[in-house]
Amino acid sequence: MNQTFPIEIIISNKPQARDPEGETIARDLMHKAGYDCVKDVRTGKLLLAKIEARDEEEAKSKVLAMCNDLRLYNPIAHTITIRARN
Amino acid sequence: MHIDAELIWHNDFTSPTFDAAIIPGGFSFGDHLRAGIIAAASPATEIVRKLADDGKPVLGICNGFQILIEAGLLPGALLRNSSLKFVCKWMNLQIKNNDSAFTCKFERASTARMPIAHNEGRFFAEEEVLNRLEAEGKVVMTYAGENPTGTSRGITAISNKDGNVVGMMPHPERASDSSLGGTDGLKVFESMVEWARC
Repeated sequence: MNQTFPIEIIISNKPQARDPEGETIARDLMHKAGYDCVKDVRTGKLLLAKIEARDEEEAKSKVLAMCNDLRLYNPIAHTITIRARN
Repeated sequence: MHIDAELIWHNDFTSPTFDAAIIPGGFSFGDHLRAGIIAAASPATEIVRKLADDGKPVLGICNGFQILIEAGLLPGALLRNSSLKFVCKWMNLQIKNNDSAFTCKFERASTARMPIAHNEGRFFAEEEVLNRLEAEGKVVMTYAGENPTGTSRGITAISNKDGNVVGMMPHPERASDSSLGGTDGLKVFESMVEWARC
């Protein structure tokens, strides 16, 4: 019987690509306010998709297949993380 | 220079009955998710792909370049400018390769002036891929000197292996009349006519 699972898709730049937005947030917002405990910030884009599937594993694997099929992320420049939101 | 051309809305572009295609700049689908990705999924892109596979000249300008990348017709990725600013200025360009359908009328290693106007024009690929692109002559234009977007190795235009598909961030159409500020862009279109003739 199918249920609906909230699945997070996080798209961010590969470590080899600079993330100037993350750098700006760390330098001009966090460090300026005194949070020198922040060593690095990388940004990403979050998509939260509600997926109908038999179970959580099937939901995540459907999402991964879709991300690859639709080029939701550019494999040259991005990494994706797919996880179930609890 | 007179060229018979039609301005076609993407939903109406259903048949590859042309000698060349140009995908212009803009903000297709609001740049949602990533510039060019949604437009790359339009059925029109499959018609562009047919023209490209037939060896016809296909040019992507700015958003058009982003669309060609997202459609897999050109390699690499175009990321947000490292300055995080929309950069709008005339640039000095170096023509690195004049074997492509849109640079064959330029002298190799000549310079040209054309404007850029974009937020996501930082070309990125891993080092080995960049080395290969340069070695294979697929880097068509670079910025000469100043690099306001942080694009890898100053790259601002690339081609596919056969040289008929080119993507460029600068706007040649905005540099094709002296009233606009320059005419170096005209050679891009003259090249296309020359290539289509052969």
